[in-house]
Amino acid sequence: MSKTNTKPDDAEPEKPVITRRLDQVFLDLNDVAQFVARFFREVFVPPYEGKEIIRQCYAVGYKSLGLISLTGFITGIVFTNQSRPSLAEFGATSWLPSLIAIALVRALAPLVTALIASGKVGSNIGAELGSMRVTEQIDAMEVSASNPYKFLVVTRVLATTVTIPVLTMYTTFVGLMGAFVNVTMVEQTSFSSFIQAVFGAITYLDIFASVVKSFFFGFTIGMVGSYKGYNSSKGTEGVGKAANASVVTSMFLIFIEELLSLQIVNALRGG
Amino acid sequence: MEEKNKTIDRDNAVIQIRDLKKSFGDLHVLRGVDLDIFKGENLVVLGRSGTGKSVLIKIIAGLLKPDAGTVTVMGEDVANLKPKELDKLRLKIGFSFQNSALYDSMTVRENLEFPLVRNVRDLSRADIDSAVEEVLENVGLSQTINQMPSELSGGQRKRIGIARTLILKPEIMLYDEPTAGLDPITSIDINNLINEVQERNHTSSIIITHDLTCAKMTGDRVAMLLDGRFERQGTFDEVFSTDDERVKAFYDYNFIQ
Repeated sequence: MSKTNTKPDDAEPEKPVITRRLDQVFLDLNDVAQFVARFFREVFVPPYEGKEIIRQCYAVGYKSLGLISLTGFITGIVFTNQSRPSLAEFGATSWLPSLIAIALVRALAPLVTALIASGKVGSNIGAELGSMRVTEQIDAMEVSASNPYKFLVVTRVLATTVTIPVLTMYTTFVGLMGAFVNVTMVEQTSFSSFIQAVFGAITYLDIFASVVKSFFFGFTIGMVGSYKGYNSSKGTEGVGKAANASVVTSMFLIFIEELLSLQIVNALRGG
Repeated sequence: MEEKNKTIDRDNAVIQIRDLKKSFGDLHVLRGVDLDIFKGENLVVLGRSGTGKSVLIKIIAGLLKPDAGTVTVMGEDVANLKPKELDKLRLKIGFSFQNSALYDSMTVRENLEFPLVRNVRDLSRADIDSAVEEVLENVGLSQTINQMPSELSGGQRKRIGIARTLILKPEIMLYDEPTAGLDPITSIDINNLINEVQERNHTSSIIITHDLTCAKMTGDRVAMLLDGRFERQGTFDEVFSTDDERVKAFYDYNFIQ
């Protein structure tokens, strides 16, 4: 149902600006909560849009692969190279593979993947759904009793939620390969020693935490992009704003989630 | 203009609108609208841009909520329906959007299949294909079946938009500015299509327009929206036999007097 601003006939006394702003904040929060709750109400109820979910997974995953590969690989090389002088001061360059493995699995790979995806995928979802709203395509689905939320939002949110953890694992692998190239060129470390050091450093909790938080990052990217696009205001300016707000809001939320996950994982690790 | 040969059941109003009000902020668009649409008739709603014509049919289709008043479609009060009941009612309503609203990431075939496969269960591939081919043939565009919306002309898009609504065999058709942005010849084709749809499917229709040729060709009855109310209703000639300057200005512009 399209949102409209209505004003009752019997005019009420004008509220102060701060009260109106605060009212609007709570109304917006209520909108967001209802939008997210609708996802959980609809995701398990048939009919399922299986074909569209696969198409969206392809769009999110496969089409981001090039950019993710390049970014992950370069991150691996650069981080290794920048960490070397600090370790060299203590004569501990042999710790480079362990350091990089921990940094990549715990923070770098999930963050880099999520930030790249929010730029590439989140903006795309915001712009696509925004232009569908503006050109009345979403209304057309609604009047033909075809549940646009299920076809457009549920499929995209599921696709990002499933695909971003996979992409994160892939980024970790590519980043480690970048690190290995750098380490083997400078320290002549063999591949088997490198892998041994990597797996010696990371724990199951690190891998589990990495996957779980990527899962939340993916959900956030899909949900924010969909919310901004689905509720885009009329006009091309609205589409631009939806795309932009999708990226900015999801990046902000990703950092907040990263901070929260850090606290939770540290607590699980026992301080 | 072709003489229309059809039966309008004036005792059976498929849509009843009573004291309908709708505002957007300080802009009061509909200020107490009363209107009946009878079974089998084409009702044309005329009015200037921004007078709430499109808002009216969006309220009928349940896309917007009214501030006050009631809209009853086939005996159901639209504003008070639950989502599932509203969807059930919407299957009986076809909505042709001003800019066609074709799904631009899908081919014409996928556009036409979209509402069908989501609303009619247990259809075989052959059933879907034959339904798609039938509606495309009815709008005279069988050759476009595998084209993307971006490859179609404005008139073709309009026809495909109408075909997409016809695939669910609606009983009521709502046309939002069906000839807007089209050349005169294509507009006449669309007007003829609206009449053909009415004759073939026995639909009741509301046609929102400010094109008086469209109004004259398609309308059994014309209602003119002035200052948020239907101040003039009747046949085309009845509505325009007036000294009201607002109505005369409308006529004079369209027929260059």
